Amino acid sequence: MLILGIESATGRVGCAIGGHEGVRASVQATRQRRHAELLAPQIQAACAHADISLRDLGAVAVDVGPGLYTGLRVGVTTAITMAHALRVPMVAVTSLDLVAYPLRHTGRTITVMIDARRGEVFHARYGCLPGGVQRLSDPEVGAPYHVVSQILASDDETLVAGDGAVLYASMLDPLRGVELADPGFAHPSAESLVLLAHALAMREEFVRPDEIEPLYLRRPDAQAPSPSR
Amino acid sequence: MTNGARLRGDAILGIETSCDETAVAVVAGGQQVLSSVVSSQVDLHARYGGVVPEVAGRAHVERLVPVMSQALVESALEDSDIAAVAATAGPGLVGALLVGVSAAKALALVWDVPFVAVNHLEAHLHAAFLDEPSLELPVVVILVSGGHTMLVLMEDRLRYRVLGATLDDAAGEAFDKVARYMGLGYPGGPVIDRLSGQGDRDAIAFPRAMLHDGWNFSFSGLKTSVINHLRRHPDSTTEDVAASFQEAVADVLLAKARRAAAAHGARGLCLAGGVAANSRLREMTLDACTADGLAAYLPSRAMCTDNAAMVAAAAWWRWQADGPSELTVGADPSLGLPET
Repeated sequence: MLILGIESATGRVGCAIGGHEGVRASVQATRQRRHAELLAPQIQAACAHADISLRDLGAVAVDVGPGLYTGLRVGVTTAITMAHALRVPMVAVTSLDLVAYPLRHTGRTITVMIDARRGEVFHARYGCLPGGVQRLSDPEVGAPYHVVSQILASDDETLVAGDGAVLYASMLDPLRGVELADPGFAHPSAESLVLLAHALAMREEFVRPDEIEPLYLRRPDAQAPSPSR
Repeated sequence: MTNGARLRGDAILGIETSCDETAVAVVAGGQQVLSSVVSSQVDLHARYGGVVPEVAGRAHVERLVPVMSQALVESALEDSDIAAVAATAGPGLVGALLVGVSAAKALALVWDVPFVAVNHLEAHLHAAFLDEPSLELPVVVILVSGGHTMLVLMEDRLRYRVLGATLDDAAGEAFDKVARYMGLGYPGGPVIDRLSGQGDRDAIAFPRAMLHDGWNFSFSGLKTSVINHLRRHPDSTTEDVAASFQEAVADVLLAKARRAAAAHGARGLCLAGGVAANSRLREMTLDACTADGLAAYLPSRAMCTDNAAMVAAAAWWRWQADGPSELTVGADPSLGLPET
């Protein structure tokens, strides 16, 4: 089954196409706040690179966040509209899972921190399993020092990743038993999305477009009005 | 998968998400409305006394696909009958606009049809034609809503000149702010309109700013004057204050529109935007046109407030003139009316 994965939860936006043989094409850009301008042309390019038509897709996968709300909505809206128009099912994956997944071979506990602005991060902890990762805590939003105390309390050897970890590196660096992942692992990737979504699709863990709900983790009125995205 | 013009008929699916209405419509040939579905979020924003951008953005994502399905079903067309997909790209709330723009591009990619980005203000100018196909140009359009107040000379379908605009509050904003101060809730327009029906519009002589001076408007002083009046006369009848305030707004709008029509040889006056649903403004426009020998174009209330039929109609004319938009187009929250 060919899957289109759409990912726009952080400062990065991109898409990938793949199936049982892995990723066939992917296009990603980290240009902050240009998600709406970039995504549709990226999808066109990925289809061309993979030499497929959108009609060949069997499912559309989407990163449902948590992340930066306006960018996240560009990807989620694009994905649900496409799935609806193509009449194909969807697969939903969280941004935190997508950051953790490429680190599955570390063997250590993984903490993912994604920048939530306003001095907070979205975060979750993961354990490694053969072939994947398992979430140990539910996605939450909170202050970075709160994540630091969780890591210290756990006493685990921990690998920390995500753009929130890069942002608050000075709080994490001094911690014993804690390593910061390479900045290359800072953003969720559309390629990981397609790989994870394919496994979920094989298990028929589909959702309908009208069941997709972005993971905001904050009430809408907690968001201060902002002139920018 | 090109986004080039591949004419499959003349039906355009339009999407409008610039503020707090999630709307989708199918319009054939820029004129025939096959369906027009509007899901208003007014209930979600009422408790905040105004539109909360993040609440609007979330609701658009939730409602867009169901509204789109309904519009397609009601149009009785198949997906393959849609010749182009259009969306409002500005002006408006950026987080709200991006939902409609993203959805329109997604449909354009799947259906392999052109995408057309639409200017929300231009869409309002085309709304009257949907109700009045025989509208004769040039007309002076009074474009009044919660976000905009302008006097536009429309010379042709895509040729207009902005004669004047508000220097501070939009007319609809003044209605909302006055209603909020009077404890009447949100939105202010409909409730002030209703109360005014039982009030004396000559009870209080509120100021008419710049009545004889140029084409621009100012409503911020009027709002302050209403608030000061209520502070000094807490026993004032709500209905009288509402009626007198509404009269002052409509007076200024009509005085300038009539002068503009005379100065530019317009054949009629036309109302557009949410405030155009105000019954006193409609009544005064009719009276003014009768007195001046002008045609009065008063689109239905549904066509005045934000809807997607006007977006699909404007898209048709824009597409004919300029071709499709690039898929790299984003949302522009402060997009102005393109003048010629």
